[in-house]
Amino acid sequence: MLINHPLLGPRDASEFTYLGDANLLNRPDWQGENAVEAFHDYLYLRDNPAGLHRELWFHEQGDRSWLVVTRNTLTHEILGVEMARDVARNNKRFEGDAQ
Amino acid sequence: MSVNRLHGGLVDHETAVNFSFNGKDYQGQVGDTLASALMANGVRLMGRSFKYHRPRGVMTAGSEEPNALVEVRTGGRQEPNTRATTVELFDGLTARSQNHIGSLKYDLLAVNDLFPAFLSAGFYYKTFMWPRAFWEKLYEPAIRRAAGLGSVSFEDDPDVYDKGFLHCDLLVIGAGPAGLMAALTAGRAGARVILAEEDFLLGGRLIAETNCVGELSGAEWTAAMQAELASMDTVRIMPRTTVFGAYDHGVYGAVERVSDHLAVPEAGKPRQILWRVYCKRAIVCAGALERPIAFQNNDRPGVIMAGAVRAYANRWAATPAQEVVVFANSDEGHQTAKDLIAKGLCVPAVIDTRADAPDMAGIEVLKGAQIINTKGCHGVTAVKVRLASGQTRTIKCGAVANSGGWNPNLGLTCHQRGRPVWDEAIHAFVPGSDLPVGQSVAGAANGVMSTHGALATGVAAAMAALGDLGITAAAPDLPEAEDGPVTLSPFWHVAGAKRAWVDFQNDVTVKDVKLAHQEGFRSVEHLKRYTTLGMATDQGKTSNVTGLAVMAEMTGKLIPETGTTIFRPPYVPVAMGTLAGRSVGKAFHPTRLTPSHHWAAEQGAQFVEVGNWLRAQYFPKKGDTDWRQTVEREVLSTRASVGVCDVTTLGKIDVQGTDAAEFLNKIYANGFAKLAVGKVRYGVMLREDGIAYDDGTAARLAEKHFVVTTTTANAVTVYRNMEFARQCLFPDMDVQLISTTEAWAQYAVAGPNARKLLRKLVDAGHDISNEAFPFMACGEITICGGLRARLFRISFSGELAYEIAVPTRYGDALMRRLMEEGEEFNVTPYGTEALGVMRIEKGHAVAAELNGTTTAANLGMGRMVSKSKDSIGSTLSERDGLNDADDLRLVGLKPVHTGEVVAGAHLMNATGPIDAKHDQGYVTSAAYSPSLETSVGLGFLRDGGNRMGETLRMVNPLEDQDVLVEVVSAHFVDPEGGRLRA
Repeated sequence: MLINHPLLGPRDASEFTYLGDANLLNRPDWQGENAVEAFHDYLYLRDNPAGLHRELWFHEQGDRSWLVVTRNTLTHEILGVEMARDVARNNKRFEGDAQ
Repeated sequence: MSVNRLHGGLVDHETAVNFSFNGKDYQGQVGDTLASALMANGVRLMGRSFKYHRPRGVMTAGSEEPNALVEVRTGGRQEPNTRATTVELFDGLTARSQNHIGSLKYDLLAVNDLFPAFLSAGFYYKTFMWPRAFWEKLYEPAIRRAAGLGSVSFEDDPDVYDKGFLHCDLLVIGAGPAGLMAALTAGRAGARVILAEEDFLLGGRLIAETNCVGELSGAEWTAAMQAELASMDTVRIMPRTTVFGAYDHGVYGAVERVSDHLAVPEAGKPRQILWRVYCKRAIVCAGALERPIAFQNNDRPGVIMAGAVRAYANRWAATPAQEVVVFANSDEGHQTAKDLIAKGLCVPAVIDTRADAPDMAGIEVLKGAQIINTKGCHGVTAVKVRLASGQTRTIKCGAVANSGGWNPNLGLTCHQRGRPVWDEAIHAFVPGSDLPVGQSVAGAANGVMSTHGALATGVAAAMAALGDLGITAAAPDLPEAEDGPVTLSPFWHVAGAKRAWVDFQNDVTVKDVKLAHQEGFRSVEHLKRYTTLGMATDQGKTSNVTGLAVMAEMTGKLIPETGTTIFRPPYVPVAMGTLAGRSVGKAFHPTRLTPSHHWAAEQGAQFVEVGNWLRAQYFPKKGDTDWRQTVEREVLSTRASVGVCDVTTLGKIDVQGTDAAEFLNKIYANGFAKLAVGKVRYGVMLREDGIAYDDGTAARLAEKHFVVTTTTANAVTVYRNMEFARQCLFPDMDVQLISTTEAWAQYAVAGPNARKLLRKLVDAGHDISNEAFPFMACGEITICGGLRARLFRISFSGELAYEIAVPTRYGDALMRRLMEEGEEFNVTPYGTEALGVMRIEKGHAVAAELNGTTTAANLGMGRMVSKSKDSIGSTLSERDGLNDADDLRLVGLKPVHTGEVVAGAHLMNATGPIDAKHDQGYVTSAAYSPSLETSVGLGFLRDGGNRMGETLRMVNPLEDQDVLVEVVSAHFVDPEGGRLRA
């Protein structure tokens, strides 16, 4: 597989370490209501879609970027690759706007 | 000249090559394969079949060969299960047949053939059911021995296997007419092209047939094309290269057999190369594979595919016999007869299943006839034919050229679950529309069976691929070539045969397929598994479609309704050594050496593998009686004066930025925000689920600069997790991380004389007195006259201790200097064993305690987990189940009277039952403590904090160990920590 790194261009998948669902970016608020339940769901409940999946890959043998890769789990087609840090920042901004 | 050697062809008749088969010497020619050379020498019997041990000879002329599996070479280069059809002959080649007990000709296991009913479809499932106890002792060893194909020498392979990476615009797989035209079209357009061909000669069927291309013979035209392609800088021609797999995103796997055709590889050359080819587009031009018609005893040596017979005659100037009958369901039969006659051979008859088959001048065509049996002990001597009239006739012959039509070679088109579709026009499966992304198919592989069609579709496929890539190309002129229609009338097997083989390699007959149907195994997938049809190393290249056709006949359905056949990588077997490449033996993984490694080796140290690192385990000295005494000496000497241990392997992560302290607050369960500059703090890291996973120290060298240490084993994981936290969880923090594990050599200097020793190295101007540099101090200093260093006053041993770090390239020198300057204190280098003993004596946790199931509370560090801040794992560390009143607590253990504490043993109450239900905990670490002169251990005990002084039973029923132990503090040595602060 090839992952089109936003900074480095296409890189072989063997350079990366896979983590899983990109929902791991959305770590709950430790002071929120039912924080233990929220963390439980965050940590243990994942979707396992047949189709599009946003997931985290770490360029461990490369520039050490965490990436959010949108992959079709049925075909391995990769539809998008973003810097996880950018995604995380946008998520936070969005949360901020919502509040 | 050899008995079955013909004139002409592409072998060098002037240059003989000596080889041996089953101990007998033969001569072949340059250009021969083992199969063609044996054929030329009149050898038809080449092996025994898998199940029934039937005599078998060569059946094809390519890598699809199911029968002629041989063992080649000897010693470390011995290779089993090699197809004789792909082994290039070289001088001195030795080959042996396989799968027989006794001689090839009189195989003792041929007795299996007398009891075919016993070994019919599903025989494993039926026969070896009862009694159960017989399976391991009797059935399995016997089956394994009988079924083993080749053998291995168990010697190390002396050759090197390489891995390589290639990039191109267009990968063309197969160099027949379609592949050559595709490569030419793309090459002339300036595209980067790789043309991979499995054979050692280019041309595919062009060099096996007598058809002309334009004014030239197939071989001449191929040579002209090859010359033009070779002259192009952007085209790489790779003969002897099998593309075996189509993977995601245009990645293809290929094996180049660089030196298989040589007795010994040339100096500096590998035996084979595993290539990973990254291409933008790929065109599969892999041709087609001929399928046999099944008839009674169709597996006798001498029954060969008609296309292979033509290839042997036309290309290799070899024939299986002087008299060859032809059996076919298309005009292929006529063509075969024509070619053989041209070579001066005798064709007693063409047996054509078609009632309306065309006539042939000079040769008898038996229209609407079928072969109903063959005769001959170790090879065909005659065939029995049923004529259209119903009469039978016996025809003497030495070989049968058999053709049931051609199947497009679908392998690579299926590797991503592509499903072939049935093409009624050619009565075969062709690639479906769900090809791997970027792949197209041309020529016979796509069901286009004429030479003209191959040339034309090769050009068209290349033009389309180049168009996708935005490369403008001109279509080359097509030469005149054969453009006949497919003339076959489907015919799969001769009815009424007792034993007609479908899958030759796994010994599956028409009857087995019928039996599977009868017993309810009707889906193609079930059929496969029940009969093992298509599950041999050839993946059923010559058998799958016939098997399907028989099943279709049984179910009364059409073939496409019955199912389809798909293939998985690898297209042909790939040797394990090729996949391993250079990653064998010591090179399996990198070996990491610490800067003082060579010094330690000079001292005669024993090393231990810790991940990829080699660490000094202990340093035996003259007079030491055994390793344990060495370790005790190292411990006692360190505790009495001073010892030095290389701790370079600990992970070191540099953390800088205005939010560095706040970031560490998130990473560690305990607080770091208020750590003063110049101080070190012990920290424990949790996983998000609340379980402790690593511990270490963080030293604050400056307001915005920390150095974090991790355990050796977790250095990579902790770094990865810290980057995850930085980038994904706390993206707005101003903090940067880098691993500096390799940048610094680090040594623990421990013992009452540690300061005195360091004082001799540390440059004046740096006060390291207890007052100026107390326990848990750190700082950047210079030593030995200006060398920058970092000093940490931390202790794993429990003694007055420091860790000193210098840039890696000074590590060796520093170790030597410490030993030199330490001589007056009788300094002792100590290894990981002594380190382990001292940490157990001190009650420090390592991986045995941070074992992936324990919390900070279990480790006795529950109060360290700050509740006033958010850190990774802090929330879930409070969940139910991790905080029960009688949770496990880390305790110390020592024997009450005699006996040893043993890691892994379990703790039970002194009275009461000994079983899992009454388990009180377990021992994690144990050692003999030379300081206390007793065995000691650490372990987790239920409610351990409140059970000091209690006597328990430490049991290990597996080894009959049962020792009374006392629960004590885990801090065996200096529990008040006075030594640390001295």
